[in-house]
Amino acid sequence: MIVFEYIAEILFYALVCLTFTGGIVAVRAKLLMHAVLGLAATLFGVAGLYFHLGSPFLAMMQILIYVGAVCIIIVMGVMLGNTPDQLAAKNLTGRNLPLALLACLTGFVSLFVATIIRTEFTVATEKVGDMSIEFVGENLLLQYCLAFELISVVLLTAILGAIILARGGREGKTS
Amino acid sequence: MMISANLNTYLVIAAVLLVIGIYGMVQHRSLIGMLISSEFILNGAALNFMAFNSFVAPNPAVGQIYTLFIMGIAAAEAAIVVSIIIAVYRKYQSEDPEELQDMKM
Repeated sequence: MIVFEYIAEILFYALVCLTFTGGIVAVRAKLLMHAVLGLAATLFGVAGLYFHLGSPFLAMMQILIYVGAVCIIIVMGVMLGNTPDQLAAKNLTGRNLPLALLACLTGFVSLFVATIIRTEFTVATEKVGDMSIEFVGENLLLQYCLAFELISVVLLTAILGAIILARGGREGKTS
Repeated sequence: MMISANLNTYLVIAAVLLVIGIYGMVQHRSLIGMLISSEFILNGAALNFMAFNSFVAPNPAVGQIYTLFIMGIAAAEAAIVVSIIIAVYRKYQSEDPEELQDMKM
């Protein structure tokens, strides 16, 4: 039994490495297509972390929605947008580099020192239900029905807005 | 104690995801790169929700519902942003955010 726990631990480290490597590839890549690839790797890693957190349902949803839909939409955007080469070459030598490093250092230090280390999170004394899909479905359709309806309205509005914005095709090209 | 069964581990991973997203948001020179970075920020938030959900929260369905909500928001946001990028590219023939100086389409 203990062997399985060690295997899970090793898999956890591998997933964390996959997540961070994908992130670094996504923000440091020269080509946007490589950045999307890094994003997909990160999303797979986060899906594995969801699996570790005890929710296989959300891991599958993460792969289905993020990797399957969002990444494909972004790839379509990359192919339709056609970034010029000199812009891609400028990607790595952007003059915003000190600013970016400062922003992420500040963000991480404030989050890590001020929040994560110094806060004692109190665990709930009694738990209701479990992590199963049945319980999630019951809660989603009974108690949190508003979130369910709201997300469908948001998605409908987004689809209509995307159609209206991207309408016109290539004949609308003016310069 | 196993490091994968600890709340702080997941919080640190989520913070690193947020920081990667902020870095890419500031440094990337194209609109699609900034969209990709925003997905990192959203994923950090979702991982935070899931971590608190499985370690702290009394009702383990709430965090999952929140994460599903974030996924829906992210999908809607990606669709909208990509169509805006296509419209902007049609108008300006460029994806450099610094060349987009006026909002008039």
